[in-house]
Amino acid sequence: MDNLRIRILKDKIFSFLVVILAFLACLPLFLILGFIIRNGALSINLDFFIHLPKPVGVEGGGISNAIVGTFIIVFIAFIIATPFAIFAGIYLSENRKNLLAEIMRVSVDILASIPSIVIGIIAYLWIVKPMKSFSALSAGVALAIIMLPVVIKSTEETLAMIPYSLKEASFALGVPYYRTILKVIFPAGLSGVITGILIAISRIAGETAPLLFTAFGNPFMNLNITKPMNTITLVVFNYSTSPYEQWHKIAWAASLVLLIIVLGFNLLSRIISRKWKVKF
Amino acid sequence: MENNKQQNNKTICHTNPDWSWFARVKAAFGINDIMPDFIFKKIVLICGLFILVMTVMILISLIANSIPSFKTFGIKFFIGKVWDPVFEQYGTLPFIVGTLLTSFLALTITIPFSLAISLYLGGEFIKEKSFFAGFLKNSIDLLSGIPSVVYGFFGLFLIVPIVRYIQIKTGIEPYGVGIFTASIVLSIMIIPFSASLGREVIEMVPAEIKEAGYSLGATRFEVIRHIILPYCKSGITAGILLALGRAIGETMAVTMVIGNSNMMPKNIFSPANTMASIIANEFAEAIKDLHFSSLIGIGVVLFIVTTVISIAGKIIIRKFAIHS
Amino acid sequence: MESEILKIDKFSAGFGQCLVLKDICFSVQQNKITAIMGPSGCGKTTLIRCINRMHEFSPGAVYSGKILLHGQDIYSMNPIIVRRKIGMVFQRPNPFPTMSIYDNVLSGFILNGIKLKKEEKDQIVFNSLQKAGLWEEVKDNLHRKGTFLSGGQQQRLCIARALAMNPDIILLDEPTSSLDPKSTLLIEQLMEELKQSVTILIVTHNIAQAARVSDYVAFIYLGELVEFGPSKKIFTAPENKKTEEYLTGKFG
Ligand SMILES: Nc1ncnc2c1ncn2[C@@H]1O[C@H](COP(=O)(O)OP(=O)(O)OP(=O)(O)O)[C@@H](O)[C@H]1O
Ligand SMILES: [Mg+2]
Repeated sequence: MDNLRIRILKDKIFSFLVVILAFLACLPLFLILGFIIRNGALSINLDFFIHLPKPVGVEGGGISNAIVGTFIIVFIAFIIATPFAIFAGIYLSENRKNLLAEIMRVSVDILASIPSIVIGIIAYLWIVKPMKSFSALSAGVALAIIMLPVVIKSTEETLAMIPYSLKEASFALGVPYYRTILKVIFPAGLSGVITGILIAISRIAGETAPLLFTAFGNPFMNLNITKPMNTITLVVFNYSTSPYEQWHKIAWAASLVLLIIVLGFNLLSRIISRKWKVKF
Repeated sequence: MENNKQQNNKTICHTNPDWSWFARVKAAFGINDIMPDFIFKKIVLICGLFILVMTVMILISLIANSIPSFKTFGIKFFIGKVWDPVFEQYGTLPFIVGTLLTSFLALTITIPFSLAISLYLGGEFIKEKSFFAGFLKNSIDLLSGIPSVVYGFFGLFLIVPIVRYIQIKTGIEPYGVGIFTASIVLSIMIIPFSASLGREVIEMVPAEIKEAGYSLGATRFEVIRHIILPYCKSGITAGILLALGRAIGETMAVTMVIGNSNMMPKNIFSPANTMASIIANEFAEAIKDLHFSSLIGIGVVLFIVTTVISIAGKIIIRKFAIHS
Repeated sequence: MESEILKIDKFSAGFGQCLVLKDICFSVQQNKITAIMGPSGCGKTTLIRCINRMHEFSPGAVYSGKILLHGQDIYSMNPIIVRRKIGMVFQRPNPFPTMSIYDNVLSGFILNGIKLKKEEKDQIVFNSLQKAGLWEEVKDNLHRKGTFLSGGQQQRLCIARALAMNPDIILLDEPTSSLDPKSTLLIEQLMEELKQSVTILIVTHNIAQAARVSDYVAFIYLGELVEFGPSKKIFTAPENKKTEEYLTGKFG
């Protein structure tokens, strides 16, 4: 019977370890949130949102240009990626067992696995080099490439889940194929597609690596997409790695703004996928 | 009633495609579609093809631009220990070593945590809807949503001082930054990713074989150790591979805490550079052609390595899913 | 006064190499209910899916022979027009989940991009729901989603949806097999009334149901038409031994 006691003891120790490790892994979350909210909240005020960065030594200053820049670049990526991604997702969900579709699926997987810094190189080669200038446009292209596989996959997966009977019902009413897809299948999967888009946006809004040599950064307000532009992530990177105490404060505040944007989109995607689920 | 019927019919006919036109299209393409369907199917196909072509173009662009460097250095590109833009020497061994050290170290730290989370959330320890499971799940989801530049910043201001403190206490050169620090930050970043993969795999274990174990009087630990883990072996391997792919490609967090040294790392506390971080550091300033092309060469290596790893991982996972 | 609306002439169909229907020949009379019966897997579903050209969506679908609607071969017509003239109701109710009850009834128009005036819409919705015997039950909830209805109500909504397009024929594939006896009875009564304005082809497994509602019966066995004739005759004095065995429950 001693054997049994040892076995039970082992089990207890193991369970204890699992629980401790699992919750220990959450610790960084609270440290990060704590740090950012505490430090960030100190230097955040209205000026932060409406002013431009000030040179070292001058107190205050904001990141209005970076906030605007982040939205512009994410918007460019969204505009470029979404139509292609949705149509490609439709193709894949409509062609389950076709060799070409299978090859495309592999290419989507490859695209999803390319490190974002390499995507930055591509945008540099394709856009920055021919245009001879760093630009918001090139950054948008880079982020669009990152966004594509995410949206394609979520579109494919949601559309493939829609029962075939729905499509049949539409065909039986004499509705052409293209209208069946666009007006029956797509609306039925819309919440899933939107969820995928929002998750992708939340991801690209936090990207930094591919922007280093595309958007490049810019201390001034710029709305011209063929010129370098600042983003919040670039501010966090450049300011946090600088030696100036005052810039670190700005980096904390910028991190807070970034976190709110990124987690906001993330939360929105969850709400939509939960609340707006179509019952079949 | 009769009137209504006629009216409806009229409306329908009015919008019907013209017959002879339809027949013409059908004859021209030998298909059974009306024109809009044909166009729609082609648009959708072209968008799919576009993705395929783009992926191929990415590889071609990278390789084409890296050829000058590969031509100049040949195998030395991979085994050269010196990376010096001033003297135009571009050997990438220090970065390859840096990448391997950081990712493997990070992975080692990650595995126990991810496994614990996967077991916990995979239903082995708690009923689905418990408060703690929900808390853990949401925390992990949040962690996976935090941008990597924020992880880097956090590492810079919390992990670096801690590591420096340890280094001072143990008499190691107190850089603070370095491979070890980068691994810690990296491991925090990939825990959510590998935990969610692990959870998927563990959830696939059929309930019957677990119950068979319990019914023989095994403890939970024994069921996990002798039934669940062996069953999931290939799935977990795939999860580790995919996490490795992530770790190798991760750039910002690593760049911010690895110390950015182009020297061959002496030990795991040395400042170093990974393949991704050297690109992040030098690409925007690479004016010399050979420098530029060497950095892209590193990009090619990154591309190929992550692609191979992710495809291998996907294949293993798919086999595992079919087998279970 | 009877007139032939649909003529199936030496029609065969199958999937790839496997021939499911062999040389089917029979005619469907206008404003009558024709029941198609036979043991499971004999090809009933395949047959009615051929009649509104849904069969060709199945992978590997093949067919030969003719199906004439008002004397015109439907396989030389645009399939879209065929499907608007020949409506279909499926075994399981499948209302469009994203549309309200109102829009579900009009879905044939909405999805085909046919613009209607508000009064026309109201009129069609009212007529169709009335004909489908659903109006009283849903008139206060027209703008709720169709998926909130019970299974029997959903099925009647699907019938209303098919009726709204004013088809010449509607095809019902075991429309009551997933419903309770009460909803089944309702739908059977409904068919009696619908007969006035539309021709009905119904696939059913339920011999009693076929006997109750149908005017004509086609009995199919292993993909071949064994017997076709007025219900009265088939149910009282079937010519073929197979039919008799089936009707008396010896197989199937
Ligand atoms: N998509 C398909 N591909 C290949 N064979 C099929 C397909 N659908 C049906 N079949 C075959 O065709 C034959 C007839 O099928 P069908 O669905 O028409 O039978 P049914 O008479 O409607 O049966 P039930 O009463 O069970 O609905 C069956 O043997 C079936 O295996
Ligand atoms: Mg059937």
